[in-house]
Amino acid sequence: MSQAFDKLLDARGLNCPMPLVNARKEIGKLDLGQVLKVVATDRGSVADFQGWAKVAKNMELVAQETESAEGANLYVHYVKRTA
Amino acid sequence: MDASAEAKLVIDPARVQALEDKLRDLEKRLGNVEGQAPEDRVALVVFSGDLDRVLAAFVIATGAAAMGQQVSMFFTFWGLSVLKKDTQFSGKTLPQRMMALMAPGSSQQLPVSQMNFFGAGAKMLRSMMKAKNVNSLEEMISLARELGVRMIACEMSRDVMGIKESELVPGLECGGVASFLADSLKSRTSLFI
Repeated sequence: MSQAFDKLLDARGLNCPMPLVNARKEIGKLDLGQVLKVVATDRGSVADFQGWAKVAKNMELVAQETESAEGANLYVHYVKRTA
Repeated sequence: MDASAEAKLVIDPARVQALEDKLRDLEKRLGNVEGQAPEDRVALVVFSGDLDRVLAAFVIATGAAAMGQQVSMFFTFWGLSVLKKDTQFSGKTLPQRMMALMAPGSSQQLPVSQMNFFGAGAKMLRSMMKAKNVNSLEEMISLARELGVRMIACEMSRDVMGIKESELVPGLECGGVASFLADSLKSRTSLFI
């Protein structure tokens, strides 16, 4: 099942903490309830987004999935703006 | 209504008063506890002027800011080198001039904490980071500013080392131990790097 989203953020090739930082910037541009899809190659981003969701008051981590593309893993995060 | 039901409705003013007092006392104590609860803050002391340590400090700072924390970084002693934009010699004492000559003139010149080999190690680390597409220290610093990270230059160590305010990048706050503690006491995390 593929998750619906309103905006896509390409964070491929970026390292810690950039996927998080860029996602934070992008989510501020969304309307309440909209979902940002973040595609990253940084494996650490999986735990980072979970950590962010634990402390953040303005977002919710809707889903995470791992895709395989051209031999490399893509880590996909769906982040919803809640406040 | 029979006698026993009527008896239950009798209100003892002394007990009501005691309960009200207790409630007031609890409200006051709750207020105190709430006042002391940590806020969404992170306070970092950047004491080191080593490229690798400073990088770690900025990764934490930008990451925390992105997670919605208010971040303060206090730069003291060797950490002040990170904030230098140029080196001046006029109006300094001899030891201060020697210090200015030997200390890094900007974030670009910071050494690494291990295997520096007169700067070769730092150059190598920078190029290895670039190869892995990790942001450079200078990019991290401007990112931190963009994310609203507060940067405070320690007044005392700046004065001791003879670093003039005009040698530092603009947009810094200056402060002492109390301004760090005021933030750190309200923070969930305080680190000394």
